[in-house]
Amino acid sequence: MSNNTGTLATNDATPALAGVASPKGPLSGIASIRWGDYLGVAPFLIFAILFLIVPTLFLIIGAFQAPDGSFTLQNIYDLGTPQILSSFWISIRVSAASAFLGSLLGLAIALAIIRGRLPQTIRSTVLTFSGVASNFAGIPLAFAFIATLGRLGIMTALFKFVGIDIYRAGFNILSFWGLTLTYCYFQIPLMILIIAPAIDGLKKEWNEAAATLGATNTQFWRYIGLPVLWPNLLGTLSLLFANAFGAIATAYALTGSSLNIVPILLYAQIRGDVLNNPGLGAALALGMIVITALANVLYLVIRTRAERWLK
Amino acid sequence: MKSGKFWSWVIFALGVIYFIGPLIATIQFSLSIRRDGYSLDAYRNVFVTPAFQQSFSFSLLIGVAAIVVGLLIVVPAAYFVRLRAPQLRPIIEFITLLPLIIPPIILVFGYIRLYSSTSFLPLTTTSFGTDVLLILAYVALALPYMYRAVDTGLRTIDVQTLTEAASIMGANTLTILMQVIFPNILVAVLSGAFLTLAIVIGEFTIASLLNVQVFGVYMQNVGANRAFEPAALAVISFIITWAAMGMIQLLARFAPRNAVRTD
Repeated sequence: MSNNTGTLATNDATPALAGVASPKGPLSGIASIRWGDYLGVAPFLIFAILFLIVPTLFLIIGAFQAPDGSFTLQNIYDLGTPQILSSFWISIRVSAASAFLGSLLGLAIALAIIRGRLPQTIRSTVLTFSGVASNFAGIPLAFAFIATLGRLGIMTALFKFVGIDIYRAGFNILSFWGLTLTYCYFQIPLMILIIAPAIDGLKKEWNEAAATLGATNTQFWRYIGLPVLWPNLLGTLSLLFANAFGAIATAYALTGSSLNIVPILLYAQIRGDVLNNPGLGAALALGMIVITALANVLYLVIRTRAERWLK
Repeated sequence: MKSGKFWSWVIFALGVIYFIGPLIATIQFSLSIRRDGYSLDAYRNVFVTPAFQQSFSFSLLIGVAAIVVGLLIVVPAAYFVRLRAPQLRPIIEFITLLPLIIPPIILVFGYIRLYSSTSFLPLTTTSFGTDVLLILAYVALALPYMYRAVDTGLRTIDVQTLTEAASIMGANTLTILMQVIFPNILVAVLSGAFLTLAIVIGEFTIASLLNVQVFGVYMQNVGANRAFEPAALAVISFIITWAAMGMIQLLARFAPRNAVRTD
């Protein structure tokens, strides 16, 4: 980057050259790059390699290493212990439930504010609030829900006041449903933010065309609206799943270690090797990477397909 | 048709209850530390604690450092990709998505394994090294948002004309980046910076596993030991998040909509 004027003179020509050359074919485009141009991208690439790619690969390799460094599948087999299997099962259930509820309720709210003929100010307020709420996660969110629906929470007291003891009825903020309900606080807004542009993409003309052909509102949604939104819905569902699956701070502050989800188990493992096997920790990490990566890849693939209709 | 509007209001009202309810409850809870009525004692207890002041200012410092390092990495990359090496775009964009795919706990686990005392870069052995590692981890967390913000900013200006004009007047690449490109995308950069700050300021997982006493770790400690102060901290955090998002909204009003060509 600390180029002197000599190289600069040649650099001036590059943009114009690249602009002319690129339509001819990929090869001529590549030929017109100067190695100096990579210098600007180099810090980014070095950072990505050192602090994103290598650490992750290091863990993945570690999952297949015995304590003496030789190759083994034992760590992967050991994931089959009841403790680890049950933690994966709880994690998958919480993530799936919060993703499902989050996308359903998020869709309902997004449809209501965009197509429900509510005042314009409500729409922009909800979208702004969603931006805030989707970032309001982690420790403070757990505190807020303890103050609201914890054993001494305000809502709990309010329910008790009108004669409903939710804790006696089986509810507990430190449980599966408590965690799911808490996760929805950032899952629903995230859904609203992602699905709003897609709903905007449903053109008014489609409504009119369907109505002209005699379709009812229900028929419009059954045969046009939902099929067009469907890929987006599925994609966002997998994104929300991955989002919940990797989250730990909220669950940790909310439940301590009483709810044995995978990230909390991994946290305890990193802290103090509770599984008595460093290789197993790496295998646990590999399991998390595989599941979140699958969900994210699903999202990306579906999203590229979904964009066809919403140009 | 009428009923559609009615149901929209019902759904909206239920949403308001779910989202505003916990906020009101938390505020009320944070004010209820005394038996004889509302008071701000919980907030006072938080603000006078040295641990709060230290961890909060340290988190701010780490956050600002992460923003600066992030910009140093992202701005040149986004600029060169846009101007000279568009064929790198898919690779760069894929990399910026990685932090969304790799959960933070995996990232920090990798760091702890890779940069321990026996490694080629033993960052975790010193306190300064650990702080550096934490900053770099936050750069990684913020990468998707930072890159998108900067790239959006670059899209709204005419990068090529600006670069050509500056270099005709004798500016080198560094000068162009610092004095021409950067000021022109400042609004976009700032919104990326505020988002980074909102994400980083209460982060818990990475800092806790690196044993750095930041605001998130302090909050977790308070949550384990106190009753009303956590609610006060939740309200404070919500205000911080709201302020950061408010700044982004405000900045968006000043942002140029698209490139103005003067030819």
